[in-house]
Amino acid sequence: MTTRNGLLIDYEYCTGCHSCEVACKNEHNIPRGKWGIKLTEVGPWQVTGDKWEWNYVAVPTVLCDLCEDRVANGEKPACVHHCLGQCMEYGPVEELAKKMAEKGKKVTIFAP
Amino acid sequence: MNKEWKTENADGSYTVRTCGWSPPGDHPVGCGMKLHIKGGRLVKVEGDPEHPISQGRLCVRCLTLPEYVHHPQRITTPMKRAPEDRGKDKWQKISWDEVWDIIVPKIKGYKENHGAESIVVFGGTGRQACLYYYPLGFASIGTPNVCYPLSGWSCYGPRCAITDYILGAGYPEIDFAGTYPDRYDNPAFTLPKVIVEWGKNPLMSNPDGFFGHSLIDMMKRGTKIVSIDPRITWLGTRSEHVCQLRPGTDTALALGFLNVIINEELYDHDFVDNWCYGFDELKERVQEYPPEKVADITWVPKEKIIEVARLIATSKPASIQWGLAVDENPNGVQLGHAILSIVAITGNLDVPGGITLGPPAALLGKWRVETRRNLSEELWDKRIGAKEWPALSTAMATTHPDETLDTLETGKPYRLRMGWFNSSNFITPTCSAQPDRWYRALKSLEFNVVQDCFMTPTAMAFADIFLPLPTFAEHDGVVITHFGRNAVFLGAINKAFTVGDCKSDIEVCMELGKRMHPDMWPFDNVEDFFSKQLQPELGIDFNGLREMGVYQPKYTYRKYEKGMLRGDGEPGFNTVTGQVELTSTLFEAWGEDALPYYKEPPYSPLSTPELFKEYPLILTTGARTFTSFHSEHRQISTLREITPDPIVEFHPDTAANLGIKEGDWVQLENMFGKCKMKAHLTPCIHPKVVHAAHGWWFPEKAAEEPSLYGVWESNVNTMVPHKHIGKLGFGAPFKQMICKAERIG
Repeated sequence: MTTRNGLLIDYEYCTGCHSCEVACKNEHNIPRGKWGIKLTEVGPWQVTGDKWEWNYVAVPTVLCDLCEDRVANGEKPACVHHCLGQCMEYGPVEELAKKMAEKGKKVTIFAP
Repeated sequence: MNKEWKTENADGSYTVRTCGWSPPGDHPVGCGMKLHIKGGRLVKVEGDPEHPISQGRLCVRCLTLPEYVHHPQRITTPMKRAPEDRGKDKWQKISWDEVWDIIVPKIKGYKENHGAESIVVFGGTGRQACLYYYPLGFASIGTPNVCYPLSGWSCYGPRCAITDYILGAGYPEIDFAGTYPDRYDNPAFTLPKVIVEWGKNPLMSNPDGFFGHSLIDMMKRGTKIVSIDPRITWLGTRSEHVCQLRPGTDTALALGFLNVIINEELYDHDFVDNWCYGFDELKERVQEYPPEKVADITWVPKEKIIEVARLIATSKPASIQWGLAVDENPNGVQLGHAILSIVAITGNLDVPGGITLGPPAALLGKWRVETRRNLSEELWDKRIGAKEWPALSTAMATTHPDETLDTLETGKPYRLRMGWFNSSNFITPTCSAQPDRWYRALKSLEFNVVQDCFMTPTAMAFADIFLPLPTFAEHDGVVITHFGRNAVFLGAINKAFTVGDCKSDIEVCMELGKRMHPDMWPFDNVEDFFSKQLQPELGIDFNGLREMGVYQPKYTYRKYEKGMLRGDGEPGFNTVTGQVELTSTLFEAWGEDALPYYKEPPYSPLSTPELFKEYPLILTTGARTFTSFHSEHRQISTLREITPDPIVEFHPDTAANLGIKEGDWVQLENMFGKCKMKAHLTPCIHPKVVHAAHGWWFPEKAAEEPSLYGVWESNVNTMVPHKHIGKLGFGAPFKQMICKAERIG
């Protein structure tokens, strides 16, 4: 089994700012109507009393190449670099899985 | 940060490191970024990881900067238009020499024939213009009338004035370790246990110099948030408590908190005894606001009021970020006073992790108002509304905004004849109340100059001369947080390249100034100007700042103990009594209650029950979005893709009762005006409340009169009445009106 890299997103802290979308479009010249990473939204709805469910989760698409060129240059993928919540990480999926287990909630890993 | 701020790249492009400000946008947050220039074009903007605050992060407005800079509709040469063609798209390009050949004789003519006071400078918000429109008025033109045309000065100004009168300090920003290169890890910093977001959503607004997502930084480290807001925002869903209050009832809530904190003896006795004036009077006042009564007024449950009050008082340290909702409220002075009192008596003033304090004005922020020394006392005395509203005119150097509309409408005490609009587009639903009234009144001005980047409804309606502003990528400057009222850093804005024939605010000030009042402008060039600003206090010149990238001044806590707040060097606060004035000597002197009190909004279910039958929804406005700064960015297609339309939020039950579905166009109406918006249904707003967006006009619609880019279609400010302001002249009901709604398609 070969290892591969992925994107970890801690969506407890994704504020839905769209910076990942636009940074990606800039990096790869992606036109309007298409995205390399796209924000999705769950909620808002009331769970019980004071608890509300409202999550933004950015999903990489087929146009995402995990910023091969940037990474080769020692830089972070454009979305990770610009994320206002600093809630995205790039790396080997096994390492990201360890971080996911450690944080324990509201985390996802994408292998686009 | 790296000394090299400009680097050549292998492919023939070059990269300039800079801090951002404006145009486009926005407040002096000063995010770090790298501008990549190739073939004379800005091809890419990337966040600068070396910047201690932004750390490589950028919001979508800077990420789309190239779209703004190279937009086909951007205006990059000066233009003139015949006065009879006002409202028509009939412009002629001119040179800057011709600009001064036209403007200078005009100014001299008005000064000679009608007095310098017949000229008024209107300034916008947030932008670098905030530093420069005062000197433009006072020291380049030579008029005492510089106006921020926002009813009740309902933005930032009231909070700054209150802080000056109650604490004797500049803006009270929360401690977010902004002055430390190593930020939250610095041993001098203590993480706040609790931050109260009071009518504020910094994630989207990044107000006045605070990098909004610093809240996320601190939440990850354990800080808990209390959200006081009529809407449950995303931040509300991550908050420990949400106080979802009736719009405009905030002061009652603050007095309720004080009632609990004082009666349960949860306050810092030491700080109160040694550093506060008027505690006994405040204690007596807050007995009128028990939690049960406050719950009735505010809709916040009694248990929640008590629990939140206890949390604020017992969390060490705790701080409060107070937002625009404090200013946009005729009862706002009292609210601001009460909030500062909460911070003070809980012992959170000028402590690590609490509220930071500095002098009322510093550096460029100080220089801008000192330029008024160009005016004789006699001329300064003619400032519109200054005598009638001393609480405003003592702290603020502008006219009184509502009196300025009255003057335009009546010609009293004298006629205004020339207008200079710097970075202000105020017939859009931005700062003015009843912008349609302003629009009609402004027609009386004989000669107008407008400075901006794009054609706007305001420029199309009124400009005789249009002066193009360069974006921050195209000029040198200095960004300073809170305009110098709380400077956690200064950043170098480095010109990367030139687009067209634009001149920055300071360039225009200097060129006009040297022609009109040369002794006020003893600077060789822009770099010399900034060096002379920086050198005396900081010991570095402009080039030194460029190489540093950012300069973070040293911060000292508990300055009140060390004699570092008062002009005479004594311990205490720079106020009339030398202490934190829980009871205000100045408010009393100006004929206002010395203590905070609650007053119903001018239009509400309780103050106007008959009208509320006809207009049964409480209208609140102005929540920020990631994709625009006030009326800007509507022509940037990447941003319009994200936020295409003006939105009004309804609770699903309210919408169902009105036959409104998600995405329907709706007309909001009240006794003052109406507007149309697209409906969004959300359970996060109270069924009796609706929220409408501000700032909307449509660059894609017909430019000329009567359309003016559709400026009257979604103009929620037409529903906010003129001069319904607080007793001291501050605060207008932008966030608490009433209205009705119906589906139109």
